[in-house]
Amino acid sequence: MDQRLIQILLDSFWKILLPGLTATIPLTVIAFSCAMVIAVATAMVQFANLRGLKQLARFYIWVFRGTPLLVQLFVVFYGLPKAGIVMDPFPAAVLVFSLNEGAYCAETIRAALESVPAGQLEAGYCVGMSWMQTMRRIILPQAMRTAFPPLSNSVIAMVKDTSLAANITVMEMFKATEQINATVYEPLALYIEVGLIYLLFSTVLTKLQQVGEKKLSVYSGQEV
Amino acid sequence: MLEVRDVHKSFGSLEVLRGVDLTVEKGDVVAILGPSGSGKTTLLRCMNFLETAGSGTMRFDGKMFEMARASRKDIAWLRKRTAFVFQSYNLFRNKTALQNVTEGLIVARRMPRAEAEAIAWRALEKVGMSDRGAHYPHQLSGGQQQRVAIARAIAADPEIIFFDEPTSALDPELTGEVLAVMRQLAEEGMTMLVVTHEMGFARNVSSQVIFMENGVVVEAGTSAQMFGSPRQARTRAFLHTNDQN
Repeated sequence: MDQRLIQILLDSFWKILLPGLTATIPLTVIAFSCAMVIAVATAMVQFANLRGLKQLARFYIWVFRGTPLLVQLFVVFYGLPKAGIVMDPFPAAVLVFSLNEGAYCAETIRAALESVPAGQLEAGYCVGMSWMQTMRRIILPQAMRTAFPPLSNSVIAMVKDTSLAANITVMEMFKATEQINATVYEPLALYIEVGLIYLLFSTVLTKLQQVGEKKLSVYSGQEV
Repeated sequence: MLEVRDVHKSFGSLEVLRGVDLTVEKGDVVAILGPSGSGKTTLLRCMNFLETAGSGTMRFDGKMFEMARASRKDIAWLRKRTAFVFQSYNLFRNKTALQNVTEGLIVARRMPRAEAEAIAWRALEKVGMSDRGAHYPHQLSGGQQQRVAIARAIAADPEIIFFDEPTSALDPELTGEVLAVMRQLAEEGMTMLVVTHEMGFARNVSSQVIFMENGVVVEAGTSAQMFGSPRQARTRAFLHTNDQN
């Protein structure tokens, strides 16, 4: 490799990593947190079989799982201003990623809730606890243990999917790489470089998943 | 103390309970016997509203309920005065043995943690499990899990404990340790309603025996009378066949 290319890669490393820390990671953390709140609520109204709300939940999941993420981003960022709703790129991305991820995670959590034996809820009733108390203290913690590996999968997928936010002008890692490439034109080296940084992020998350599963396996008896 | 009258329950077109009457007085240990499918477990579950009966009335501590239309408040009131021991134990899998006992006290009864733990240790002591307080259910044998479940039941100081085939999921050698705990409770005057296949328990521990078949009570009486001179031919046949082992 020639001296110039090495210098470009070294210079660009921080210019790519910085938006990773200021945009990619905050976008993932904020949107995934919102997604979890949406997902737990959406899964619980289905689990509780609440009429009306259950249909609403199914409709929401149907729409957001059934349309491309990129289309959702474009509708919100480029489309909604036509209807008078103008958002900055970052909040628009948070909104779309939360809703999109929430739909997928709702299904993961619903399946996990349904995997908890019915006797756990009955035992909660029989010691005098209400449905809500039993859900919060007994059923959800067990379901989250089951849901943890697939949810970890979702986070890892989401870190990479945030690169799509480049299309609505969010200055995240991929957008930063494109801009550097526009001035120095080294697409092969630069796109591999940003790919490796995504790989680094994913690797850290995979390690965190292993630590988390070990912690959660305390009561499940399943070794990871 | 507890009385149900004319309990009916159907699952779809299958009528499981066809007008069951039952009375339990304070201090009674009532064994409900009968072949599989006779409705014993369903009756017990209807009495604690884990199933909703189609019709029937219940009187508990002088309070009357329509079993098909009990309010959420009535059910909560009843469940705070009763306890239930399941065939499959149903210990909370994400809680230790100690937490299984304290959970209801702290969450449902708003008892301070220290007080709940003191009660829980006493209950675990009573069932011989105080050295396993920090174990999770999956680290315990079936018999140990059922003993913790009994500790969970007695900790809330219930007026009656419902037992739904408490030893049916256990190996024979583990059955004994659970029955010993139940016998001890009976001797201390705990009111118990026990669906069981354990003839020895019904004969030697329970004070009353109810024989059910096809969703009705065929015969009821003291255990001495039921095992000594059952009036119905069907009761005689069932007890004779099952009392061999």
